[in-house]
Amino acid sequence: MSSISAKAGAMPAAPARRRSKIDRGHWVGLLYIAPAIVLVMVFFVIPLGMTAWMSLHNWPLMGQHRFIGLDNYVAITKDVRFWNALKFTGYYTVIVTIAIFAVAFPLALFVEKPRPMMGVYRTAFFMPVVVGFASASLLWAWLLNVDSGLFSPAAQELGLTEKRFNLIATFNPAFWSIIVMVVWKVAGFTMVILMTGLQSIPTELQEAAKIDGANAWQRFRSITFPLMRRTVALALILSVAGSILAFDQFYILLRGGPRNSTITAVYWIFNQSFVSFKLGYGAALSMVLLVILVVLSLIQLRLLRNPEGT
Amino acid sequence: MATTTRTRERSIGSLIAEHGTGIILSLLFIAPIVWAILSTFKPRSEARLPPIPPWPTTGFSIDNYLTLDTFGAGLSHSAQNSIFVAVSSVVLTAIISLLAGYGFSRFRFPFKNLFFILILSTIMIPFQSILTPIFLILSWLGLQNTLTGLVLVYVTLQMPFSIFMMRNAFDAVPKEIEEAARIDGATNVALLTKVMLPLVWPGVVTVGLFAFLNTWNEFLAALVLMTDQSKFTLPIMMTAVQSGRFGAVDWGAVQAGVTIMMIPCLILFLLLQRFYIRGLTAGAVK
Repeated sequence: MSSISAKAGAMPAAPARRRSKIDRGHWVGLLYIAPAIVLVMVFFVIPLGMTAWMSLHNWPLMGQHRFIGLDNYVAITKDVRFWNALKFTGYYTVIVTIAIFAVAFPLALFVEKPRPMMGVYRTAFFMPVVVGFASASLLWAWLLNVDSGLFSPAAQELGLTEKRFNLIATFNPAFWSIIVMVVWKVAGFTMVILMTGLQSIPTELQEAAKIDGANAWQRFRSITFPLMRRTVALALILSVAGSILAFDQFYILLRGGPRNSTITAVYWIFNQSFVSFKLGYGAALSMVLLVILVVLSLIQLRLLRNPEGT
Repeated sequence: MATTTRTRERSIGSLIAEHGTGIILSLLFIAPIVWAILSTFKPRSEARLPPIPPWPTTGFSIDNYLTLDTFGAGLSHSAQNSIFVAVSSVVLTAIISLLAGYGFSRFRFPFKNLFFILILSTIMIPFQSILTPIFLILSWLGLQNTLTGLVLVYVTLQMPFSIFMMRNAFDAVPKEIEEAARIDGATNVALLTKVMLPLVWPGVVTVGLFAFLNTWNEFLAALVLMTDQSKFTLPIMMTAVQSGRFGAVDWGAVQAGVTIMMIPCLILFLLLQRFYIRGLTAGAVK
């Protein structure tokens, strides 16, 4: 009896308090997020809508813009240089992602063990990550320079090449130089992400497999890798998205050369929008790139959410 | 007895192999940075020659740094621009994401989830694809070619990560602490600054650190939006120097500029490493 009355006494108080919290929250909560919402609206949502809108126009920097329907998109289908840029971007993305994983995975396995000095090595491998892409590109532009740089003169002095070899004069050496630079710059980042995945695997599993006589490769294939699928998928998303949007290193190091062979998708959009000032056409190109990226992220998010699928 | 010696021998051998590998790999990753920094102290005459060895051989000099101020508006001017942009972005990002994180964590209001998803989903859309309209909007707002405009764009780009971090930071604080403070009569502002801020401070440092590194190093938006030389940030200025815009390419000066750009990032990272890793893993674990 007394317990019921106590409950009854408590009842009216609880909803009243909750209601007052909702009332307060209705306005106060919105106030707290208002600055963020305003920024995201003005500098993200509206520009996004405008990109779609501008892509239907002939929009020069100066003078009137004119509605032209889907003409820009029709022009894109015939824009060979854009398709070449997309092809090159795809090629670069595949190669650089493989290269990053080929370096980052062994590094993660190496530094993951809780032993002395591993923290120091981890920090060392990670240092290039915090240096910006612009700084890294300017640094490597110097290292790769044929006269004042490091690699060509060093190769000559070591007797590896007879003359000084200009690494950025032809496509293949230039492309692979960029790959090496990007791996140097990014591998530490992927390593840390993979490491968090490795560390979340219970050590008992590895121990049990060891006792059962599984060798290192068998343990990696049947325990480590399957349990890391989510982490691997995440590292993959970040690497792929970052590579598709690559610009800095190709602009600073190669200026799209040799012979415009290293122009990426973003580089081509930059050229059309801010060098030729075809803003409408640039917007249409941006929409194409945007759709490609969103579709890729959605596919990869599905992989992340459903690690057991397939 | 025999077996113990053998295992000990093997473990010493594997220890040497392990640390040998670790040291060699570490040197490989650090070498380009060290090489660039050492070579900046070569005298002008030496700067054009290949950096073998990297350290100055004919006397120590800081001329490479001094010449930087002769290019265009001068490097110290670009450095001031960069510092202004990075510091303002850090402060604004921290304040705005602190408020929003608190709002999303502690209040209920209409369309809350919609707003949250809206902010987070911007991370899926590359800002590279919306630069043209941003350029136009800034000029409509009278902010074209201003560092303030660039800061606002940068802060917006930091929002999804920062708000996600801050909401999680607030979520981790038990509600009882707040209720106790409220009973003691703390106002909303006092509650946030005096009670909550110290508890979510690690999150604020993480958010600020990422904001600094990203804005200090950002290239494309600054290249597109800052067309006037007096508004160049360091990466844009140094690229102009490297492209020969101010005469023959002066590699000594370029590496001095690169050093100036790298040092703050490296120092901040070494000091605040655990906050950086916390940010990375927070994103990774979700």
